[in-house]
Amino acid sequence: MRKYILFFFVIIVGIIFIGRLLYLQVFNSHAQSIYDDNAIRTVFNYPKRGFVYDRNGKLLVSNQPSYDVMVIPRDVKPLDTLEFCSLLKINKEQFLNKYNKARHYSPRLPSVFVSHLAKEDYAILQEKMRKYKGFYIQKRSLRKYETNIGANVLGDIGEVNSRDIAKDNYYHSGDLIGKQGVEASYENILRGQKGIKFIQKDIHNQDIGPYKNGKYDTLPRAGKDIKITIDADLQAYGELLMTNKRGGVIAIEPKTGEILAMVSAPTYNPNSLVGRNRSKNFTKLFNDSIAKPLFNRSLQGVYEPGSPFKLMNALIALEENVMSPNEKVTCYHGIKYGNRFMGCHCPSGKRNDMIEGIEESCNAYFLTAYRRILDKYENASVGIDKWSKHVKSFGLGNYLNNDLFVGQKGRIPDREYYSYQYPKTFYSTYTVSNAIGQGEVATTPIQLANMTAAIANRGFYFTPHIIKSIEGDTIPESFKTPKYTSISKENFEPVIEGMHQVYKTGTASSLKIKDIEICGKTGTVENFTRIDSVRTQLTDHSIFVAFAPKDDPKIAIAVFVENGYWGSRFAGKVASLMIEKHLKGEITRTDLEDWLLSHSLENEYAKPYSGKPFKINGQTELQVIPPEEFNKLKQKLNQLN
Amino acid sequence: MLRETDRHFKFDWLTIILFFLLVGFGWVNILSASHSGDAIELFNFSHSYSKQLIFIGLSVVLIIFILSLEAKFYERFSSIFYLISIVSLVGLFIFGKNINGATSWYAIGSMTLQPSEFAKTATALAVAKYLSDLNTDIKSFSDQLKLFGIIVLPALLILLQKDAGSTLVYSAFFFVLYREGLPQIYLVIAVLAVLLSISALKFGLIITLLVTAFIVLTHHFTRKKRPSFFQPLVVILISGALAFTVRFIYQNFLPVHQKDRITIWLSLEKDPVKLKQMKQTIAYNLNESEKAISNGGFAGKGFLQGTRTTGNFVPEQHTDYIFTTVGEEWGFIGSTLTVIVFVLLIVRVIILAERQKNQFSRMYGYAVASILFIHFNINIGMVMGLIPTIGIPLPFFSYGGSGLWGFTILLFIFIKLDSNRINEW
Repeated sequence: MRKYILFFFVIIVGIIFIGRLLYLQVFNSHAQSIYDDNAIRTVFNYPKRGFVYDRNGKLLVSNQPSYDVMVIPRDVKPLDTLEFCSLLKINKEQFLNKYNKARHYSPRLPSVFVSHLAKEDYAILQEKMRKYKGFYIQKRSLRKYETNIGANVLGDIGEVNSRDIAKDNYYHSGDLIGKQGVEASYENILRGQKGIKFIQKDIHNQDIGPYKNGKYDTLPRAGKDIKITIDADLQAYGELLMTNKRGGVIAIEPKTGEILAMVSAPTYNPNSLVGRNRSKNFTKLFNDSIAKPLFNRSLQGVYEPGSPFKLMNALIALEENVMSPNEKVTCYHGIKYGNRFMGCHCPSGKRNDMIEGIEESCNAYFLTAYRRILDKYENASVGIDKWSKHVKSFGLGNYLNNDLFVGQKGRIPDREYYSYQYPKTFYSTYTVSNAIGQGEVATTPIQLANMTAAIANRGFYFTPHIIKSIEGDTIPESFKTPKYTSISKENFEPVIEGMHQVYKTGTASSLKIKDIEICGKTGTVENFTRIDSVRTQLTDHSIFVAFAPKDDPKIAIAVFVENGYWGSRFAGKVASLMIEKHLKGEITRTDLEDWLLSHSLENEYAKPYSGKPFKINGQTELQVIPPEEFNKLKQKLNQLN
Repeated sequence: MLRETDRHFKFDWLTIILFFLLVGFGWVNILSASHSGDAIELFNFSHSYSKQLIFIGLSVVLIIFILSLEAKFYERFSSIFYLISIVSLVGLFIFGKNINGATSWYAIGSMTLQPSEFAKTATALAVAKYLSDLNTDIKSFSDQLKLFGIIVLPALLILLQKDAGSTLVYSAFFFVLYREGLPQIYLVIAVLAVLLSISALKFGLIITLLVTAFIVLTHHFTRKKRPSFFQPLVVILISGALAFTVRFIYQNFLPVHQKDRITIWLSLEKDPVKLKQMKQTIAYNLNESEKAISNGGFAGKGFLQGTRTTGNFVPEQHTDYIFTTVGEEWGFIGSTLTVIVFVLLIVRVIILAERQKNQFSRMYGYAVASILFIHFNINIGMVMGLIPTIGIPLPFFSYGGSGLWGFTILLFIFIKLDSNRINEW
């Protein structure tokens, strides 16, 4: 026994060691990936980010170089600080500050000394750089916006956050990613594929050469260019018209679903989110909780649609066969339902058929239509579900599933939606506000524009999208297949005729454009806000939907102007002008143009925050902007043409 | 009698092959650990790997010299060797050079020599000599005392030079004494004392004492022939005193770095954040060495391809932490093979020792196996985080002339003795 004790120990220890090795190297081996190995520095080689062009091939977004001065404190040799500081346009105190900060971070690793040098400064500095040991210039690529328009369309890029990194392991800290708009929705196409270089480090974190002689390194692949459906000229025109207003404008080409213009007002200059001032400017925009410039009103603004929604009810009434186009409904300056009364602006005793009902936007007519739809079936519960289905077939009440980075569902109620409010009984009289596009119905401007496009097409629409073409790639099939509504083709004609009459003799007769057959519908939407927890009514929203030409629609448009009062006052003018701009390329109704540019709603928007009681709608005076400001806008307009 | 021409065939070639395998593979790893990125220059002697090549060359000369001497010479002059090494250890107090906090080196020009590496061999010879003496009886207490004296004297001198790791190596002689008949009770006491100490540190005095009392009393009451109650009481008391002393020394007398090593090994720090911090600062070496080994994975990163080796992440990698290079560059396969070769070598030495007819040769062989085993055990155990950090070299592998020569002499004296057993009739 004594003979074997050492032998025994040696064997046991050998087994234990092999077991430990098994644990360390096979079961718990944690550094197999070169990304996780902190002895390997991964250096990314960023490719050119794809350019963005408008539908006519006009360059909207490109790249620009930016130069950062870097420092490795350990390598810095005594230098002529006075000259160096003047080259960098900093003072000596800042120099010492930056230098100490860099040295505190790491004496051996590069830190950014001065970021985003101006191009002129770079040219001068580059020649003298060799004099300053330990400093070098690093080139970076920034986005360059060739125009000042379309901030909400184009979006911007910024550094990835931890959520982006967790979601997609392509990204590493410091990478750039599309944050909004097209930059975000086409991130994968625009970014390309970055190249990777692995570099062996020593314990001091210094580079000591390529890892395995660059065996695993990859080359970057450039991002693809894309063409978007936006017409830059139309977009710029729309943004100019919406100056001093809040709201959204969406113009769609009904035949393709391509978005021609997408204006959200107020907007900002996309170049303000590039370079040295990005974070300062972004914070400013982000914190503006009153005007909300980052809020894309044409996509995210959920509003009650108001009168344009009457078109829906007219279509459904025809489809459900509860109204014929020629049947007349008498308006008594309103209409009684149950034991209540809904007012209307028609003179008492006026008898409207469908075309007149649309033309005059008669509440009595559409309340009747709505009630008949709901009451057609055994009870209103079944009726409202039928109604809801028809409405939803126009793409309302749900996401459009398109390539826009943000969106809202809006709201189209059905029986279930009301089950909390009306658990047992449910009659058509309960929800009559839906008849005139108020109450529980809510839509976004893009949904309304899409609805208009579907009417223009007489029964189908293409998912509104922003991508026109991708370099060497195709656009999704789903954008090219028509989506059919549940309304049959022939039922559209009376409604379209009604919309045509709106321009001819109805609520938008003052907005006629020579030689263009426009079909439209005005909307005036009551709205409320809470001021110190008191429900307060504000001036009505001005809404307008239209398409043109009547028989060969080339543009469908929805305009929403917050607190613009009645439909043709602001929104109608914008819509008419944009239609003319798109179809003719020049403007004949310069009177409308001047009116829009010279009037502002800023005083209207200031009212709820003034802390004082205020008047609304007809009792207010419209703000006219000072002549010098008007001249500036006129100048801008001339530059556009 | 063998003919003159057959004489060199008497050497145990298996052991010699294993020796050269280890030295050769060791050098390959020293090359990898001390070279970083630039071209390999074998004859530029500012590189550690070039120097080690010289050391290996000189050790071959040493081997030829050792094997050509008469075997009896080592037995006869063992006391002289012992005396010389004690004197050289004492001399360190006057002429010693301080490297890394230990005064264990003689400096001759740029060359340094570490006498403690040779003292192991001398002590092994002395122990074997004394133990094999016909008048020595290991069962007698006075002889046990003298043997302890022979072992403890150099160990104490080395400890005074603040080289705690090398001191620990002298515990190897315990195996020799035990093999030669040291009473069982020493083994039992040694094992129990180690267990008790660890328990006292890890679980505290009270739990340790309660458990000890429980075991002792259970043992006492289940015995058929029950001795007086006095006996278990003394055992408990002594255990208590030992446990208390261990804790007391740990808390008050141990140098901070040794205390921290134990703290980390036994995870004595309760706060996990602080413990992690300690691992990254105080146990930096260990942390990095475990990472490097684990970085190798199953097949390893390949010769000169270890990222942590190339980047010099592990301090002292070519000396005490040489095994991390094996781990990273040769992976589980290479590391396991290395462990197996070590085990084979030690086992081979044990087998050789057991077949010696001459008592001196057997005991010396046993000492060689034990010393190699302790080094192997402590070094690789430490590098893999199994035991607290104790800085001693891995035999034949670690960079350093004294170490390599010390182990070469240790092993080849035995090979010489073994080759001579045929003449021992």
